[in-house]
Amino acid sequence: MNPLDALAALGRSILLMLAKTGQIAMFAAGAVSHFFRPPFYPREFANALLNIGWMSLPVVGLTAVFTGGALALQIYAGGSRFNAEAVVPQIVAIGMVRELGPVLVGLMIAARVTSSIAAEIATMKVTEQIDALVTLSTHPMKYLVAPRVLAALITVPLLVGVGDIIGIAGGYVVAVQNLGFNAATYLQHTVDFLEAKDVISSLIKGAAFGTIAAMMGCYYGMDSGRGAQGVGRATKSSVEAAAILILAANFVLTGVLFSV
Amino acid sequence: MIRMEDVHKAFGSNRVLQGMSLHIPRGSSMVIIGGSGTGKSVALKCILGLIKPDTGKIFVDGKDATKGDRDAFLARFGMLFQGGALFDSLPVWQNVAFRLLRGSLARPQDEARAIAIEKLRRVGLKADVADRLPAELSGGMQKRVGLARAIAAEPEIIFFDEPTTGLDPIMAGVINDLIREIVTEMGATAMTITHDMSSVRAIADNVAMLHDGVIQWTGPVADMDHSGDPYLDQFIHGRAEGPIEAVR
Repeated sequence: MNPLDALAALGRSILLMLAKTGQIAMFAAGAVSHFFRPPFYPREFANALLNIGWMSLPVVGLTAVFTGGALALQIYAGGSRFNAEAVVPQIVAIGMVRELGPVLVGLMIAARVTSSIAAEIATMKVTEQIDALVTLSTHPMKYLVAPRVLAALITVPLLVGVGDIIGIAGGYVVAVQNLGFNAATYLQHTVDFLEAKDVISSLIKGAAFGTIAAMMGCYYGMDSGRGAQGVGRATKSSVEAAAILILAANFVLTGVLFSV
Repeated sequence: MIRMEDVHKAFGSNRVLQGMSLHIPRGSSMVIIGGSGTGKSVALKCILGLIKPDTGKIFVDGKDATKGDRDAFLARFGMLFQGGALFDSLPVWQNVAFRLLRGSLARPQDEARAIAIEKLRRVGLKADVADRLPAELSGGMQKRVGLARAIAAEPEIIFFDEPTTGLDPIMAGVINDLIREIVTEMGATAMTITHDMSSVRAIADNVAMLHDGVIQWTGPVADMDHSGDPYLDQFIHGRAEGPIEAVR
């Protein structure tokens, strides 16, 4: 293969990636601008709050409780190698609140909410429901995108907070029931070790991840191609993009929030 | 009322509209016919602003359709989509009253529901359909709901995109008759795109045939059968042989 051809292919890929980044940035800016400009659709917003927040509670709770329990077991087993079993409450708390809570909730939201939003909006697009909205004088960004993104921005930090608590509770149950920790001491160590900054960083990450998850679902839904294949591709791409962006944002936010 | 002047639209290398010009007088019913992929839906969407033409002008009442208050412009239109395009998550009455529940034409909910039920009756559906979801209705009923939604806000201009596609001949005849009755009683300007010649004869005052991105022939429906245009003759008689290439 001619080296110039390879270079040209690389250049095309980079240009495509930059173009996509630009399109998503423009889309996101447009969506956010509709938060503040009437008309507003409170019923759509309420539905989005319910679907994204309330309906995600079971999956978030189960993910958190099992992760917290497994984390307690791992730290106990790992810590025993150098006689540090006692740090289980502290590491479970900091691990859940700073990292695992926000990231796992973000990824579960990407799996549950991003895919659902993308599939719903893409289906609306291929069945001309988006065109119908426009002919009925209703802006799809206002009616479909802004309520979902705003609802995710508000509810995902709350879900992360709930996930953090349930995850710590999972670790607590395992530590007390299986590993022989004293219940009161475990709780005392957890509370003593956590700082406000840990909790705030968790909620900030939740807001960022929720926004990313909903935005990717909306963007790929609105950008969907035709037919069932278009809907499938939009759904798959939205989840991939949301998951990667959530992990990348987690790295950046961790660097910013905990820089030494 | 509606005038398209030398409208061009391409999607990549696919030049769909190549200088389409058409005039639809106020209060008339224009039916656009043509083969699949000739750009009939694209033309309709260009008028509504759902697709932006590459070049050319579109005027509604002498005013450039791309300029001015978009909400006020769209409030003049009703549209029946090919697949109905009903909103799955809303019950039938909220679909019909969608425009009446929000925006500049918003009314109190009770009033909007009453209007929706009246429009459903107008298209032959009973009031008990109002609280069902679109997925619970047959294809013919969904078309009727789409028709009720199109006329709910008493628009001046109504577009019908393939109104009888997917319906059996009897239901297609019912929908054709409904469209004709409604357009006449409302005094609306109508534009329909279809392949169905029974729809053309039932709905049209005037017919335009779109081929190769331009209007090949246009005239009153009464002249259609003796137009002398070989393209139109081939199309309306459904012949495989003729100037329009038929892929076998």
